Amino acid sequence: MSAPLTDLIAIRDLSREQVDGILSDAREMLPIARRERASVPTLRGRIVCNLFLEDSTRTRLSFDLAAKRLSADVVNFTASGTSVNKGESLLDTAQTLMALGVDLVVLRTSSAGAPVQLAREVEIPVLNAGDGWHQHPTQALLDALTMLQHRDTLEGARVTIVGDVLHSRVARSEVELMRLLGAHVTLVAPPTLLPPDVSSWGVTVTSDIDAVLPDTDVLYVLRVQRERMHRAFFPSIREYAQVWGIDAARMRRLPADALLMHPGPVNRGVELTSGAMEDPRSVITEQVTNGIAVRMACLYRLLSAAPRTEVTS
Amino acid sequence: MSELLIAGGRILDASTGTDTVADVLVRDGLIVAIGPDVASGASGADVLDARDCWVTPGLIDLHTHLREPGGEGAEDIATGSAAAAAGGYTAVAPMANTDPVADTAVVIELIMRRGREVGLVDLLPVASITRGLGGAELSPMGELARSEARVDFFSDDGVPLGDSLVMRRALQYASAFDVVICNHSEDPALTADAQMNEGATSSVLGLPGWPREAEEVMLARDLILAHGAGARLHVPHLTTAGGVELVRHAKRAGVRVTAEVTPHHLTLEDVEVAAYDAVMKVNPPLRTRRDIDALRAALADGTIDAVATDHAPHGREAKRQPWEHAPCGMLGLETAFALVHTELVLGGVLDAMTAVARFTTGPAGVRNTRGHGGPITVGAPANLHVFDPSQRWTVDRARLHSRADNTPFHGRELVGRTRHTILHGRPTLRDGEIASEVTHG
Repeated sequence: MSAPLTDLIAIRDLSREQVDGILSDAREMLPIARRERASVPTLRGRIVCNLFLEDSTRTRLSFDLAAKRLSADVVNFTASGTSVNKGESLLDTAQTLMALGVDLVVLRTSSAGAPVQLAREVEIPVLNAGDGWHQHPTQALLDALTMLQHRDTLEGARVTIVGDVLHSRVARSEVELMRLLGAHVTLVAPPTLLPPDVSSWGVTVTSDIDAVLPDTDVLYVLRVQRERMHRAFFPSIREYAQVWGIDAARMRRLPADALLMHPGPVNRGVELTSGAMEDPRSVITEQVTNGIAVRMACLYRLLSAAPRTEVTS
Repeated sequence: MSELLIAGGRILDASTGTDTVADVLVRDGLIVAIGPDVASGASGADVLDARDCWVTPGLIDLHTHLREPGGEGAEDIATGSAAAAAGGYTAVAPMANTDPVADTAVVIELIMRRGREVGLVDLLPVASITRGLGGAELSPMGELARSEARVDFFSDDGVPLGDSLVMRRALQYASAFDVVICNHSEDPALTADAQMNEGATSSVLGLPGWPREAEEVMLARDLILAHGAGARLHVPHLTTAGGVELVRHAKRAGVRVTAEVTPHHLTLEDVEVAAYDAVMKVNPPLRTRRDIDALRAALADGTIDAVATDHAPHGREAKRQPWEHAPCGMLGLETAFALVHTELVLGGVLDAMTAVARFTTGPAGVRNTRGHGGPITVGAPANLHVFDPSQRWTVDRARLHSRADNTPFHGRELVGRTRHTILHGRPTLRDGEIASEVTHG
């Protein structure tokens, strides 16, 4: 039995046992997530608040569905661009949530570390749905679940992550989780889009995508925002696609049993061409469905460890 | 006629190299006798017990934010002066980034007058280099230098003078009055959105990094420009090992440069940011162990002239915002000397006399400190600090004299504490208590 989960903020806070527990629960919840089985009353009477201070329709929908498949009540608090973002203290937000009788808060924010700060202020579990460039733990967990549907173990697996690592919360969670599960990680990116001192992450770093593809089991492509070129991170979208993008020709260099993954949404023609996405080795749509199951598992784990917030019943 | 006897302390005066146990007798604001037996001739004197304590010149802070006028919610001249007295300071230099900006004699004189009314610490005037901290037009340096406040130190504080032409002209113009130009060493193009030191820790935490190059590029530019102009440059809050080397090299080359370091940059690493508690957010940012070691060595060998606090009060609500929205800055006045004693003196980096020097003669070599910084001799003004080097205490943010509580050292045990502070012959701090009456005439 692994230690109970009180918050889920960064992968580095998790033990191997906790990860295995979440993935195991997620596998059990997959039929419910896929709507092959009816929703279950596991979290009936519990209130989950989706506190989304940054636009993210896809992630919010996924958390929304995950909570509802477990029969939790969901309240959405979307405040992009309002005073909450601009500097209302986290203390005020926390006090509001507690006064509303919320049992768990799912926080999405552009401010790295805000979930850590919020967790200090509230007694209820905080589930990080993405904070700035910092972490997006449920994304990494759903990615691991997807990979493990295609291979028995990630021990020794060669995972290549391509793209804008610097600005990517997905990459940070992914690297931490892949290393926890025993995979070898290679980062491929323009040096301008690599975090400083990235060698301290225990990964291999290269600028030569073509050289690593034949030795890759999982090719994980990160989203690149078009506006980065305006800050001189790279010369142009065209050059990015040519030098760092994945197209059908590069897919041919990938082993036959490898996987192609992307956290979505894809900038078609930038980091991935449509041709590459249509490759049978692409599991990008599986990632989306698995996301619901993983988020169900995380909600379940966090709320089964947390005392019930007593309101009127 | 009022007499004060500081009895039985160990006098540590870096300006004369004096290290001896003696009484100090003060009359009407001046030291009138020093020696082992002056007590006998002073039977009616008010006595401050200094046995087992250090008696040093009153400390001088070259870099202070008192927030008045304009930011009184976090600090004002009264609360900031009390914090200074509690930390052993008799003179502090309030930075010009007030609202309105201290860029005219009227604002400077308002601040100086308020300081005199409070009477707990002398204020050393600072004006901005450019009007309104705007980085374009020069403040009236000549007028300010010749005003009643006699301003001899100009700084735009945290706003770097990015325009090399304006910086060059500021240095050239300032040289006419032999006043000091102090520019924040940061190339703003390299620090857009920066939140903490750039390095392994910022990479993991996903916070945009503040590269050391941003500090060193600007510092190198300023040293070159100051050399060319023959002007006096003071480098505020040096934080990187590379910056230390630049200053060391410039001093050898004859550049008229002085430098300061803060207590927090001498003691805190960037890994402190990992909990995202914005009390650790500061500009320039906390760096790494390697930088700390270089700063300590430079403070010991005199490459860095002074410890300066950059005491920067911010209200708790401001500091409880998400990290990226929280303001930069840390309290410093009430912990600086005790922290340096604990970490650097007891840690074997500085001897006691050198530590005292970096808070007294060091600052006095940067600018005119007006009777502060020593010497402790007969006839000198009685601005003194009595420090008990063995008293252990735990920093409690709720018990500081500042209005704000953003100390990064909350909960830390320190060894050594200021016991008495004497300003112009009167105790502003007595046995750890601030003098309640406002007495300064």
